[in-house]
Amino acid sequence: MVETSASGTARTAGTGAGEPFGGSRAGEALRAYRLIAGMWIRSSMTYRTSFVITVLGNLLVTGLDFVAILLMFSQVDSLGGWSLPEVAFLYGLSATAFGLADLTFGSMDVLGGRMRDGSFDILLVRPAPVLAQVAADHFALRRLGRITQGVLVLVWALLTVDVDWTAAKVLLVPMMLVSGGVIFCALFVAGAAFQFLAQDAAEVQNAFTYGGTTLLQYPPTVFGKDFVRGVTFLLPLAFVNWVPAAYVLERPYPLDLPHWAAFLSPLVAAVCCALAGLAWRAGLRSYRSTGS
Amino acid sequence: MADTNTDPSTQAGADTDAFIELDGVEKVFDVRKKTGFLKRERRQVRAVDSISFTVPRGEMVGYIGPNGAGKSTTIKMLTGILTPSGGRLRVAGIDPSRERTRLAHRIGVVFGQRTTLWWDLPLLDSYKLMHRMYRIPDARYRENLDRLVELLDLSALLDVPVRQLSLGQRMRGDIAAALLHDPEVLYLDEPTIGLDVISKARVREFLRELNAERGTTVLLTTHDLQDIEQLCSRVMVIDHGRLMYDGPLAGLHEVGDSERVLVVDLERELPPIEVPPARVVKVEGPRQWLAFPAAESAAVLVARVAAEYPLVDLSVREPDIETVIAKMYAEQAERAIS
Ligand SMILES: Nc1ncnc2c1ncn2[C@@H]1O[C@H](COP(=O)(O)OP(=O)(O)OP(=O)(O)O)[C@@H](O)[C@H]1O
Ligand SMILES: [Mg+2]
Repeated sequence: MVETSASGTARTAGTGAGEPFGGSRAGEALRAYRLIAGMWIRSSMTYRTSFVITVLGNLLVTGLDFVAILLMFSQVDSLGGWSLPEVAFLYGLSATAFGLADLTFGSMDVLGGRMRDGSFDILLVRPAPVLAQVAADHFALRRLGRITQGVLVLVWALLTVDVDWTAAKVLLVPMMLVSGGVIFCALFVAGAAFQFLAQDAAEVQNAFTYGGTTLLQYPPTVFGKDFVRGVTFLLPLAFVNWVPAAYVLERPYPLDLPHWAAFLSPLVAAVCCALAGLAWRAGLRSYRSTGS
Repeated sequence: MADTNTDPSTQAGADTDAFIELDGVEKVFDVRKKTGFLKRERRQVRAVDSISFTVPRGEMVGYIGPNGAGKSTTIKMLTGILTPSGGRLRVAGIDPSRERTRLAHRIGVVFGQRTTLWWDLPLLDSYKLMHRMYRIPDARYRENLDRLVELLDLSALLDVPVRQLSLGQRMRGDIAAALLHDPEVLYLDEPTIGLDVISKARVREFLRELNAERGTTVLLTTHDLQDIEQLCSRVMVIDHGRLMYDGPLAGLHEVGDSERVLVVDLERELPPIEVPPARVVKVEGPRQWLAFPAAESAAVLVARVAAEYPLVDLSVREPDIETVIAKMYAEQAERAIS
């Protein structure tokens, strides 16, 4: 609607190529994301050996997470009342959902650096949505390592866990992965928005995202009630896996939640996205570049 | 549409073909300074203070001023990177900060201090990205690329990773990247910073051709007065966020009431030369420095010195832009007081 005001101005022959605005905003964003991610993949390929090493390293480091849990279970039979396959189920869901978000939005912590050195300005003069450009910034395929590892654990858990599968329970598994991934994405975006206020806040963001996925790998029953309350209602990470998984595994959740709460993850994810989007826009509006 | 003799302040220029329009544009930064442990002082910096000007299509304008004058801030507002704190700003009829991505298709930007090129990839890869991101039609892209590669002498560099390019090569690469999509206006923020004489000459030559052949509007900031002398029919001087002068470069010396310096080497040490209106500002053995009004002819002065004194050698120093501006600013302040 704003555009009508400008349509009166004559355009020179030089730009007669027509309005380059096909598709929706989301389509534009996706396209920009693909283009920029492609450039980063190609950049990383120029250091071929280091690329292979980082992929392997990534697999190994994330794998150690799970080894820690295995070691724990060599000493005890259950953790907070949950068996090894059940904890593996939690772990697989959390790691895969986080891995998806980490792959697609995981580099947003470089935003602060870009603002400090002024290179963020360059992104702003390109004809593409900034959020898509920032999300695709430093895109790295090595992050597939984390997803691979999460999926492996999840598959093992699904094969060994003792569950009476119903249609609803089966449906919940992909729902958790998608909603969980989206919730983590929203967290990344919110963290990025926060960097407009504090440009060295990348560590804060990482504490929430990486910290979040780690705590979700353990049963909610090992944490204090107040903490679980916070993770359920305040920063609703519990909807990534805890709440729906408790339903699937028929485990009591530390808090009194109705049965249908297990199906709320998509809604929670949508709300998170909306809030993160607002935060991002507010942050972007407050951007002030650098003095040199 | 170039230089009609109209006063730039009249409204006539505004409705004919104004491509860039600023009306009372301001930018105020809130700066917080740490003054002690947990103590902070808030201060406001008026980086741009009520600036108004218009630039018609096809003009080449130099935008100069001392460090911290507000040049980069102005360019950032013109490109939509920063939102003005006040005033009205239009580029091609578009409000830059509100419709940044739409405007992006019509403008090209080169920041001398940063690059849009991909560090680890061959130069050509960056251009391919521009091709797709700006949705440049294939034929157009190829035609533009060929022309830019030729004019900016890039053919040997296309396959070289950007991180291996020298500063001058990278700058040329950046300029080409900013022009592949046929922008109607090109902003350059210190495009010649750090370049050697030959690279500077090449960049200037290129910009002149771009402006002449394509009619691209060009706005450039620089600290190199020669950039302005060789390229711009019009110069704007800004200091402390205020527009101090807007007109041809020649007029700047008059307005600034500046002085040039004639350096003469005499055969021997002599008492200070007397050739009014020039006055001796410094004596060092047989060498003397004479300041004289910039508007005065140097030839006449030289002839007089040569006639009356045993002259061995001489040179004329043009006033550097910072001095001119400093003088202008002092004058402005004086006027404000009286
Ligand atoms: N992001 C910012 N935050 C705070 N102050 C800023 C910011 N950007 C610029 N300033 C201040 O605004 C003023 C104008 O800065 P600007 O970068 O526009 O100057 P400039 O004319 O480009 O100078 P230079 O020739 O040194 O590049 C300076 O006083 C600067 O300190
Ligand atoms: Mg500057």
